[in-house]
Amino acid sequence: MADEDPEIQPDPVTEAILEEVTGAGLDWRGIILVPVLAIFSAFVLGGLVIFLAGEGVGTILTAFGALVTGSVGSLGAISETLTFAAPLILAGLAVGIGFRAGLFNIGGEGQILMGGMAALAVGFSFEGLHAEVHLPLALLGGIVGGAIWGGIPGWLRAVTGAHEVITTIMFNFVAANLTVYLLKSALFQEPGRSDPISKPAFESARLPRLLEFLDEGYRVHSGIIVALLAAAFSYWLLFKSTIGFEFRAVGANPSAARYAGMNTSRAYVAVMAVAGAMAGLAGASQILGNTFLKGTPGFSSNIGFDAIAMALLGRSHPVGIVAAGLLFGALRSGGQEMQATANVGIDITTVIQALIIIFIAAPALIRAVYRVKASDNTEQITKGWAT
Amino acid sequence: MTTVQEVVQSPGELRRAKAIGVALLLLAAVVAIVFANGTIGDSTFRLAKITDTLPDLALTVPAAATSWIVSGVLAFLGAVQISRGFGKKANLVLGLSFLLFIFAFLAWAAADNSFSFIGMLETTVIRAVPIALGGLSGVMCERVAVINIGIEGMLLGGAFTGALVGSLTNKWIGLGAAILVGGVLSSLLAVLAIRYRVDQIIAGVVINILVLGLTSFLSAQILVENPELNGSDTFRSIRIPLLADIPILGNIFFNHSIFVYGTFILVGFVTWGLFRTKWGLRSRAVGEHPKAADTLGVNVYRLRYLNVILGGMIAGFGGAWFTLGSVGSFDENMTGGRGFIGLAAMIFGRWHPVGALGAALVFGFADSLQGKLAILATPIPSEFLAMAPYIATVIVVTGVVGKARPPAADGQPYVKE
Repeated sequence: MADEDPEIQPDPVTEAILEEVTGAGLDWRGIILVPVLAIFSAFVLGGLVIFLAGEGVGTILTAFGALVTGSVGSLGAISETLTFAAPLILAGLAVGIGFRAGLFNIGGEGQILMGGMAALAVGFSFEGLHAEVHLPLALLGGIVGGAIWGGIPGWLRAVTGAHEVITTIMFNFVAANLTVYLLKSALFQEPGRSDPISKPAFESARLPRLLEFLDEGYRVHSGIIVALLAAAFSYWLLFKSTIGFEFRAVGANPSAARYAGMNTSRAYVAVMAVAGAMAGLAGASQILGNTFLKGTPGFSSNIGFDAIAMALLGRSHPVGIVAAGLLFGALRSGGQEMQATANVGIDITTVIQALIIIFIAAPALIRAVYRVKASDNTEQITKGWAT
Repeated sequence: MTTVQEVVQSPGELRRAKAIGVALLLLAAVVAIVFANGTIGDSTFRLAKITDTLPDLALTVPAAATSWIVSGVLAFLGAVQISRGFGKKANLVLGLSFLLFIFAFLAWAAADNSFSFIGMLETTVIRAVPIALGGLSGVMCERVAVINIGIEGMLLGGAFTGALVGSLTNKWIGLGAAILVGGVLSSLLAVLAIRYRVDQIIAGVVINILVLGLTSFLSAQILVENPELNGSDTFRSIRIPLLADIPILGNIFFNHSIFVYGTFILVGFVTWGLFRTKWGLRSRAVGEHPKAADTLGVNVYRLRYLNVILGGMIAGFGGAWFTLGSVGSFDENMTGGRGFIGLAAMIFGRWHPVGALGAALVFGFADSLQGKLAILATPIPSEFLAMAPYIATVIVVTGVVGKARPPAADGQPYVKE
């Protein structure tokens, strides 16, 4: 635990920080029961929406059945679930690490795009490299691309006080336009094409598929392993390292952290760069894990925003985020099956997702509906624009 | 400078003044190197439409000479700003310089060519509508210290409802329904933010995701299979008698649909309300220091609910523009980030309704310029122009061109003691 760290002598300020940093998180009812009830309620309301759209109860049951079989019902379904889960977990970590340090990183979309583009550039620039060298290099490209795109808002926050929510939102749109521009540039564009599509990365940069030997159709690739390693690293960084303690201290109480001698400016830049790196890996996984190894506009496919749901549902804890990523990966995978067999649009999963966030973010709603005891602690991450 | 007051400047202000001076010199350099150098031919700005009854007004300028002159003026202004400084007028000078820069840019882009300048300004006003209304919605909420990131979702909800209800009944009921849905969505924001004290940014993000999911789902489930439900009557342009006959201005401002007029009226009304009425004074007090307002007997919660719901209705009206003010049908995610540009316009306009409108017009201009550039075949990629509003907003929030200060209590839930 962080309080055994020999670097930090117990003094009143540190004690106060420790209390704030470690005090929360032991409320098991809040950690397990509220999310379960939130997910349940979201599905009930989601069913209601399908009903209001004019479908019968039978269709709704078929749809939810398909959601289950399409996500965990077969090896192929599980393969799809894991494929979708990998970038969600990585992007969820990007938001969660920010939350722990009191920063709201809405810039996942942009960081995914920039990380993915950097990984793509590394992927098609070096021909004839061994996969053992090329793949790590391409992933590193993703890390660097994302870290830069996340680090700039962190730096702006540290130096000028510009709020990271505004800057990261704006950076998302800049990145989206930059991506289209790059995909049409001579460097990236596939020769002979006029639309924004890149040439493919070399096979040596591909994230190897895991179950290809069983069936060609199993798409799951080693992106999920990258995601799990990143989650383990995040856990170590946040809860076992001095830097992570500093991150959390700055998040819990910036003034106290500054008073305790921590460099909050440096922490803001570092947090956003690490967060951006995670999202950049998600982008790299999107590019290096896809079948054609090509970049197209919007390959971030809204993962940067879904990531906020991962972080909230997982209580900004790496283990929780992995669980949340698997759940939402299952939703996406099952959603496809639902659309195919029950003819219920996949967008309903987005609705369910939004409802889950509402119930998680406002536990008082759950408490009122189910009459369970849950802590009244709503997540207050941001402290407004006026810092 | 002559007065003592202006001699005493903080280091930050001095740095800012220098930064503005350097920026002006950079603009001058860009104009000289890119726009003036090697450009041949005349540029023609058509000022009145050929289809109009009026004779075809046009302004023809030599492209290179124009750019050289603009570059000279910019360099002069930059030098003055660095040596003596324009003091309080620096922002005005910066604004004017920016207009000159745009003029030189257009002269360069249209060299040996002509284009309808009036048409471009007319499009600017139309494109500014959803941005301005989104920004105004943000001003309403943030002046009472509730951050509204959900503008995008409220626009999208308004657009969908306008098309659906407009197709089922008529355009007026469709418009009313769109406004109502904006109000419902902002009530959700209000309840989450005020009653449940959910982090306001999360609440806003949730509204965006929820509305995107709901409208996409319902549009795929219902509208696609029943196209008759997705083709509403639309609001046409109304010529305002007399005013529309004013040369140039008439075309730009007085020949539009009710959405444009509504935007200008709402901006005027909210400005008057916020700064000239009891309601406005109380709202601003709630946004700056809710505890003090509460102590003086202002009902903090009631004002927050009221203004946030009204703000959502404004966004709902803006959303209807996408369908009822255009072709009458809804497409998935058709607002395409306009709500976020509205948020940017609010910040750019420093939380003031008129400022937000001004910023919306600037962003609308960038939007309409983007379309023109493709026609004029300039070497500037349209993507860079599309980025401009976002980069401008980042520059504003970093405080390079004056500090934009949000209401002091913005984003903080209020707990009555």
